[in-house]
Amino acid sequence: MSLRIYLPGDTTAVALGADEVAAALLEQASKRSLSIELVRNGSRGMFYLEPLLEMEHQGQRIAFGPVSAGDIPGLLDALAGDAAQHALYLGATEDIPWLKGQQRLTFARAGLGDPLSLAHYRSLDGFAGLEKSLQLTPQAIVTEVTESGLRGRGGAAFPAGIKWQTVLDTPASQKFIVCNADEGDSGAFADRLLMEADPYQLIEGMILAGLAVGATRGYIYLRSEYPKALDTLNAAIAIAQEHAYLGDNICGSGKSFHLAVRVGAGAYICGEETALLDSLEGKRGMVRVKPPLPAIEGLFGQPTLVHNVLTLAAATTVLAKGAAFYQDFGVGRSRGTLTLQLAGNIRCGGLVELPYGTSLRQVIEEFGGGSYSGRPIRAIQAGGPLGAYLPHSMWDTPLDYEAFAAMGAMLGHGGMVVFDDTVDMSTQARFAMEFCAVESCGKCTPCRIGSTRGVEVIDRIIARQEPAANRELLLDLCDTLEQGSLCAMGGLTPMPVRSALHHFPEDFG
Amino acid sequence: MTREWGGLSIQQVIAKRVQEYRDVSGGLLPLLHAIQGDIGYIPPASVAAIASGLNLSRAEVHGVISFYHDFRSAPAGRHVLQICRAEACQSMGSRELEAHARNTLGIDYGGTTADGAISLEPVYCLGNCACSPSVRIDDSIHARVDAAALDVLIASLTDAGESK
Repeated sequence: MSLRIYLPGDTTAVALGADEVAAALLEQASKRSLSIELVRNGSRGMFYLEPLLEMEHQGQRIAFGPVSAGDIPGLLDALAGDAAQHALYLGATEDIPWLKGQQRLTFARAGLGDPLSLAHYRSLDGFAGLEKSLQLTPQAIVTEVTESGLRGRGGAAFPAGIKWQTVLDTPASQKFIVCNADEGDSGAFADRLLMEADPYQLIEGMILAGLAVGATRGYIYLRSEYPKALDTLNAAIAIAQEHAYLGDNICGSGKSFHLAVRVGAGAYICGEETALLDSLEGKRGMVRVKPPLPAIEGLFGQPTLVHNVLTLAAATTVLAKGAAFYQDFGVGRSRGTLTLQLAGNIRCGGLVELPYGTSLRQVIEEFGGGSYSGRPIRAIQAGGPLGAYLPHSMWDTPLDYEAFAAMGAMLGHGGMVVFDDTVDMSTQARFAMEFCAVESCGKCTPCRIGSTRGVEVIDRIIARQEPAANRELLLDLCDTLEQGSLCAMGGLTPMPVRSALHHFPEDFG
Repeated sequence: MTREWGGLSIQQVIAKRVQEYRDVSGGLLPLLHAIQGDIGYIPPASVAAIASGLNLSRAEVHGVISFYHDFRSAPAGRHVLQICRAEACQSMGSRELEAHARNTLGIDYGGTTADGAISLEPVYCLGNCACSPSVRIDDSIHARVDAAALDVLIASLTDAGESK
């Protein structure tokens, strides 16, 4: 009987040496005439344990990690005897507290099997949402999404149902579904993880969105920084086409949906939906004035449903299990689950999916396990490069969109970047302005020029030149950026700057 | 230019790719990626051919090439080393790593080492933020890269390392 071993092919696992581990495993197995079946699964998101090697043992999966190539001979010895004695033994994967303490909906399948196996996807309720959608009218699908309370996961948290309804209600000869997979926020990797571990879920979400709003074409706009996700998506789309999940006769229903991946070219601004649409049209990624809303006049001037990867993926759960099931998770107007990504200077970093409403402190302490460096944590930047730096006093706020907005912060895409006490917050504020200067599309003057002026003003504050006057100037500049920019790039760059100034004034002289 | 790609001249490569993408909706970005994939950069002399093929002005094509960080108008080194400059990597010491890379290679961002082995570029997030600092070399991403690990990676990219 052959031994089935799982070793992720995910970007982070491979970046930590998973391919070398796989090579060592195959070499040792052949030396020992051991029959093994190696499955390159997706990651479960426990990145601090990658490369995480799992094996099937007495009906359950047991895990070892983090494994390096040099560990393989000893590990195979241990497997022949008492595996539990091995130093890297973690017990049954499902019982690892870090994983067990989560409530996974969108990421329930992540890391369980070969991401490209359709049979595996189907065996875990895959395409249940699509099958149900094929029995429903477009309006019934949209109503289900509306009633679930699903909100956009890209950062703005706009109610998904309103967008779906608008696209459905706008007549056109061609409508589009566009997936925003331009996950540019530092600290965010949930989209990448999902696309690499469970690509069919995104594909299914896009197909059923197409059925709902009457769109027969879809594009996934993927950032070029994700080469592995590109390969996985392209392969998955080809397989889905072969098996009639995509094409002109979806599952024999006579309905059409065509899907293609388009690769970005290294521009953070293309994560903004209208800049993304311009980029998809083959232009510079310039932000558009709204209205018209993309739902009415989007890609090539046609009604377009633009959603983040996780929103489209979550729609499969909503349809498969019903709006009421999804509604049952969360608090207030934040329904369903939140995918937090613990990143930066954190001991146990990775993807944590929980119902909304848990506090940041709970997540950082229970899952994160403190800083990687072992030094005290000083600040957490929540929601990406345009999000606020939060001091200790703000970590007890429940993780929901409204509570974060009320304290001048945002959850955004759920990336949480942890900094220890060696961080200099004036340097971080300066970087926020510098990043805006590098990545601004240039359409709005406050963003295009104000960001460069911001760097200069912060430099003067750091050099102790008229600090009080320059501080006032900086705050005034922040107001101008916020009020005078079309999109979140200029509009939210003040958030990290102001939060650094306000909560960590000691770093500004 | 005398170098050839699969027996084709630069002009022929570009003509072939333009033909392939001229009828693709919004095809300029995929076309530029394809040309850069073939030749390694987008020759400024090709702008006119691309523009006329896609029925755009040269200014529009130039504007797109210069807007996106990925597109280059001159050849890069044999390998491209990108160092993540974003916040998660900053929290784990990427600023020191950047300085180390510049000093070791003797070049700044945008530069290529004298032996033509390595071009150094900044990148803003590789989606590997739980195991920072991250660097990308061509299409492979490396995690938890400190100065010593970077030295090993760099050594593997130089002529001596490559011939091993």
